[in-house]
Order: sequence, then C-alpha cells, then structure tokens
Amino acid sequence: MIKVKDLHKSFGKLEVLKGISASIREGEVVAVIGPSGSGKSTFLRCLNLLEQPCAGEININGTDITDKKTNISKVRENVGMVFQHFHLFPHMTVLQNILYAPQKVKRLTKEEAEEKAYALLVKVGLSDKADDYPGRLSGGQKQRVAIARALAMEPAVMLFDEPTSALDPEMVKEVLEVMKSLAHSGMTMIIVTHEMGFAREAADRVMFLDGGILMEDASPNEFFAHPKSKRAREFLEKML
Amino acid sequence: MNLDFTAIVPSMPYILQGIKVTLQIVLVAGMLGFFLGILLSLFKISRLKPLGWFADLYTSIFRGTPLILQLMLIYYGSPQIIGYQIEPYTAAVLSFALNSGAYISEIIRAGILAVDKGQQEAAMALGVPYPRMMRDIIMPQALKNILPALMNEFITLTKESAIVSMIAVSDVMRRAYIVGGDKYRFFEPLIFAGLIYYCLVMALTLIGKAIERRMRQSD
Repeated sequence: MIKVKDLHKSFGKLEVLKGISASIREGEVVAVIGPSGSGKSTFLRCLNLLEQPCAGEININGTDITDKKTNISKVRENVGMVFQHFHLFPHMTVLQNILYAPQKVKRLTKEEAEEKAYALLVKVGLSDKADDYPGRLSGGQKQRVAIARALAMEPAVMLFDEPTSALDPEMVKEVLEVMKSLAHSGMTMIIVTHEMGFAREAADRVMFLDGGILMEDASPNEFFAHPKSKRAREFLEKML
Repeated sequence: MNLDFTAIVPSMPYILQGIKVTLQIVLVAGMLGFFLGILLSLFKISRLKPLGWFADLYTSIFRGTPLILQLMLIYYGSPQIIGYQIEPYTAAVLSFALNSGAYISEIIRAGILAVDKGQQEAAMALGVPYPRMMRDIIMPQALKNILPALMNEFITLTKESAIVSMIAVSDVMRRAYIVGGDKYRFFEPLIFAGLIYYCLVMALTLIGKAIERRMRQSD
C-alpha cells in the first residue's frame, strides 16, 4: 500500500534521511522509533509531503506522490495526520474543526458531514464537547479531537507524529486507548512515538531509525527481545 | 482673552455636515485600503519572488513620501497624466486608500507570520487548498491578533483625512476653517472641529473594542 524507495531529505547541508526504503501493507500498524534527530518525524512528514523529499520515491495506493504532476492536496485527503501539538483550529468549535475539511474539501453536505462528525465524537468519547472551543479542552481531549478531525476525511492511512509527547502523563492513556481501538478497526497507521509499551503492544512492526538510516525493521517481539544493532540496544537500554 | 463660542452656534450645523464627507472618505478609503493591504500582504508572503518585490517597492514608496504629497500628485497631476481633472473626493479616497494599503499590508503580514506554523500544516495535511486555507484558517486568526493595530490605522486615517481640506473637499476641517475666516475668529470653530474628530475617534475605539470582544469568544 505504501512503498518508499531510497528516500533522501536534506535541510541545507544537514542530511536527515539517507536513503530509506520500506513498504507498509494495508491494515498494518507501524511504530517508528529512534533517538531524537534520527529523522523519524521527517520520514513521517515526507509521507504527506509536508516535507518535500530531495530524492527517492513514495508510492501510496499506486500513486507516486513525489511525481510533480500529482495533485498534492488530493494525496493529503487520503493521508490523515495527527501532530504532537494538536494544531486544532482555535477559532472553530470542536464540531466545526471536524466538519471543516469534509465540507469544504470533500464537498459533503452539512447533514452528511455532521452525522459522521457526531459518530466520530462518540468514538473518541467527546460527544459532550461538540460546541466547546479547543481552548477549553485538556491536552488529551484536544488530541482526541485532532484524531477525529483527521478520521473525518476517511483517510486510507493515518500518520501520528509523537501524538502523546506533549501530554501530561495522566492523559497519555486516553489517547493511546483511542489509537488502539483504531488499530483494531484495521486502520493502516504509522506512528512516531516514544511510548515503548504502546509500540510493543499495539504495533505489528517496529522501525528503528538512527542517523537517517532505517537500522531495524522487525516485529515488536523480535525487536524488543533481540535488537540486532548496537545502536538499538543502547537506545532500548536508555528507554526501558 | 477674547472667546465667544455663541458666535459660531449658527455655523455649527454647517460644520457638522462635514462629518458625512469625512466619514465617506474614511470608510471608502479604509475599506479599499484594507483589501489592498490583504492583497499586498499575500504578495509579500508569496513564494513568487516578483510579487514580493513589487509589494515591498510599493510599500517603501507610499511609506517613504508624505501623504499630502501623494494627495496633491493625484489631484493636481491628474490632468497631465490621464488628461482630465478628477474630482477632489475621488483624489482623496484614492490617495488615502493607496497610502493606508501600504501600512495595512505590513500589519497583516505581521499577523499572518504570528499564526502558529502548525495551523498551516494541519490545514495542508487535511488537503485544504492554499486559498481556502488562507481565507478560513489563517486570516481569521491573523485578524484577531492584529485588530488593535488595525484600529490604530483607521484612527490615524480618520484624523489624517483632515488634509483633504487642502484640495477643497468640504470636510469637517475645511468647514471649520471657512467659518473661521467668515467670522474672523478661528479658535472656536477649530476647537469645535477638534471635538468632532475626537468623538469620531472615540466611536471607532468603542467599535474596535466591541469587535475584539466578539472575536475573543473562542478563548
């Protein structure tokens, strides 16, 4: 479903991604882990072209998204993204946040969009917050709204960029629960995370990045029990 | 001291009628300037460099020369440039709009840059096209932040509009001056004009505060 071939990305002289190749099947849940500066967020952001790759190919559902002729907006409609700092639209209510893209981008009618939005709010457990502004929500609630907002576009794949890193510890769980149930529902997910417990429990696969190189790509059991590289062993020792 | 405010009472309605003229200039020029400012600010943040250069050059010219010079150039220069004499009112609106557009574009540009970059990324990630994103996501947040600066600009515009009396537009200022010449006493009508301007500015301030309150609803 997603095929990445020899992906390179540099910021000026700094080479962040040094040729990453991977393929991700439909319904797979992939945890991308690694030390900070390893390029894992950049890798994720290349997948919906928030960063423009310098070289390499990214193929999503048969479309080469790095091709200049590809309509980037159309690609992004199909690739949901959840950010570390939520980035909810502060001037819109929770409901408006979720309704906006389906109505204005996908051209759904108000009724269709609202029906879906309410269903999503139930799914993330926030149906009572529909008319609140984001400023009144806790971090965990904001992130759950952000997940609902991304899901409202019915994307084929969801990207999570450290979705719990900005949360107070007691709110991490509620967000991870939503993500777990999403994983169980068969959504293809790529998650950059520092939550090793979550990676071990919910992911089908772990990708370990270090210095812009995909060092390991294995099942969670294999990776956490028998990391092959020295860098991964060192990293795990610090984390666990 | 030789002050007699009763002497100008019969002329007060005449001066007050100037409010309509002043407001007409300020409202139309302010509106045009605002749209021009939005356009120029979008040029300035555009990836197309020539648009940015144009907007920067525009701003530097209109900020770098006196407003009264721009007004006179447009009014007295029009016969030489376009072949006929334009109306004083048109010249006034045009010069104020062009001038305030330059200042407003800088205010709006600052407002756009102050919006968290994540907002743009979130909109992009949802597949929202650039024009829609600017209109629905970025601009509303930018405008909220720059409202005080924007009101400042409109207040300046209201007061500065008094210079249109130089090209014989019968605004509040001009009328006060005429009454002064008529009665051989300038102090009283000028004070009265000052009072009118002050009230106009106060009204603007209150309107600005009301809008700000409404926009702060989401906080």
